[in-house]
Amino acid sequence: MSPANASQKELLARLEKEAGTSINLCYQCGKCTAGCPAAFAMDYPPRQVVRLLQLGFIEEALQAKSIWICASCETCSSRCPRGVDIASLMDTMRREALKRGKTDKKVAAFNKAFLSNVKNFGRTYEAGLLLQYNLTTGQLFKDMALGLPMMQRGKVGVLPEKIKARDEMKKIFERAEKLGGEQ
Amino acid sequence: MKFAYYPGCSADGSGIEYGMSMERTGKILGFELQELEDWNCCGATSGHNTDKLLSLALPARNLAIAEKTGLKSMIAPCAACYSRHRNAEHTVQHDPEMKKKIEQVLDMELQGNTETLSILDVLVNKIGTDAIAAKVKSPFTTMKAASYYGCLLVRPVEHTGFDDPEDPQTMDQVMKALGADAVEWSHKTECCGAAMVTARPDVGMRMLYSVLKEAKESGAECLVTACPLCMLNLDMRQAAVEKQFGEKFNLPIYYVTELLAIACGDAPKTVGIEKHFVEANKYLETVKIRAAEAKIAAEKAAEEAAAKAKAKAEAAKAAKEKAAKEKADKSGDAAAPDKVPPSSATAAAPDTKKIDAFVTALTKNPDKMAAKLVADAVHAGVLTSILDEKKIAKLAALMAKDMELAKKAAGAFVQQELKRQGECQD
Repeated sequence: MSPANASQKELLARLEKEAGTSINLCYQCGKCTAGCPAAFAMDYPPRQVVRLLQLGFIEEALQAKSIWICASCETCSSRCPRGVDIASLMDTMRREALKRGKTDKKVAAFNKAFLSNVKNFGRTYEAGLLLQYNLTTGQLFKDMALGLPMMQRGKVGVLPEKIKARDEMKKIFERAEKLGGEQ
Repeated sequence: MKFAYYPGCSADGSGIEYGMSMERTGKILGFELQELEDWNCCGATSGHNTDKLLSLALPARNLAIAEKTGLKSMIAPCAACYSRHRNAEHTVQHDPEMKKKIEQVLDMELQGNTETLSILDVLVNKIGTDAIAAKVKSPFTTMKAASYYGCLLVRPVEHTGFDDPEDPQTMDQVMKALGADAVEWSHKTECCGAAMVTARPDVGMRMLYSVLKEAKESGAECLVTACPLCMLNLDMRQAAVEKQFGEKFNLPIYYVTELLAIACGDAPKTVGIEKHFVEANKYLETVKIRAAEAKIAAEKAAEEAAAKAKAKAEAAKAAKEKAAKEKADKSGDAAAPDKVPPSSATAAAPDTKKIDAFVTALTKNPDKMAAKLVADAVHAGVLTSILDEKKIAKLAALMAKDMELAKKAAGAFVQQELKRQGECQD
């Protein structure tokens, strides 16, 4: 661990801006951690993630497993007595980690499969999504037991739903990537 | 009432019952749903986990389509879709810099005048629970339901705001309007694990377990949700949770719209109840039977209470009559001379004493007493001369009772004597 240098301070300022919050507001009461339903599985619970950032250990925070265990339930943000938007901070950190290729592979694979559905069809095709996710993560038989009952119940379409404006969707993805990089 | 309608991707897939029951809810309560033309996926969690601008642009495209319809209010039944559209609306309205970027990405202009609504907000604040209750044909009396709001319907507050983030009430109010008991419990807004149950089952399954366990322990017999992802996890994965944690829950899960449609007369099949993984028809049957039994029991209790009240009233009436009779009997006793009660005896005593005293006075001082009874001295003398025991007794009794009557009687005695004397003279 090493305290923040100037470039890391700059990085922190950027993360705070994108998250729309300020970590200096936090007085470490721990209410976020107390209410977090996933804290049991985290290496650094939410309060400690914020503490790492406050102390300038930004790289360590970005490598925390916690940010990939966060389910985005927003309990921390809604309970923080200081108004720190911890959920938004977690979101921002996930995106930053993703840019650096430091991710939870399974979560990243799921997100990638999900968004490729949206990009190609304009909608999510749940069956295709699960299949793609299983293939890319090498868990071929994951949730297989649920596949057939889902089909029997008419809960899986045979083909993906496609919107007409599929070309428009692709352009949206391309422009977002281009403009997003300028943030 | 007409709303723009954003069904979301799950309405044709895993959440097909939500789509079916949502449309039935609109028809039953009399509001129209106009589906957005060529809508796209909101991006959900994967969107905001990956790219902020993209996560705002995807729902913003739907908002732009909604704006064109002229319908300002849009219903998004899915909690995740609702959350993403609310977030985009909030950004468009409050962040001009980001709004500009979103417009560039979309190649569309945004007015920022739409309002995405959750079905709970619509049911309670636009339709009203009284109007819902008025449509209920077979209320879910004795149903014990845990209202499960999950995360995104009530959080973050600055984007949602229609209900309390810690102890929300809208779904409970709807359930009460449908006749059910809304169970008080701790995990109303705890996270079910959402996409974590797929991507990180080691984490997600435990989150799911704690929601099911808390519901069971609070006495709930079923869970009610307004989110297709919550449904997917609670319903489809309940058997896996039971297996992993070695605990049976057997908790049917319902969409709030399914229950609304069924309470208002729809057959369970109409809204797809048989598509659930945890058997959900049986509990509805159980509730139906219990509700019927409760109705009979309530009617019987009401009858018994009425009979009891009638018997009480009759008893009170009889007691009153008896008391009145006894009172009458008592006064009758007092009138009867041979049954003089002690109080009456003392009351009557002065009369006897008075009569005795007058008898004595008339016997001992006939002149004096005669003068009191007859004003004329000659006539008084006549009275004195004719007083015998019988006349004294009569006059004494009258004097004790009424002096005027005694005077009249004395006068009559004198006139009688004068008349007799006159006749003799004649």
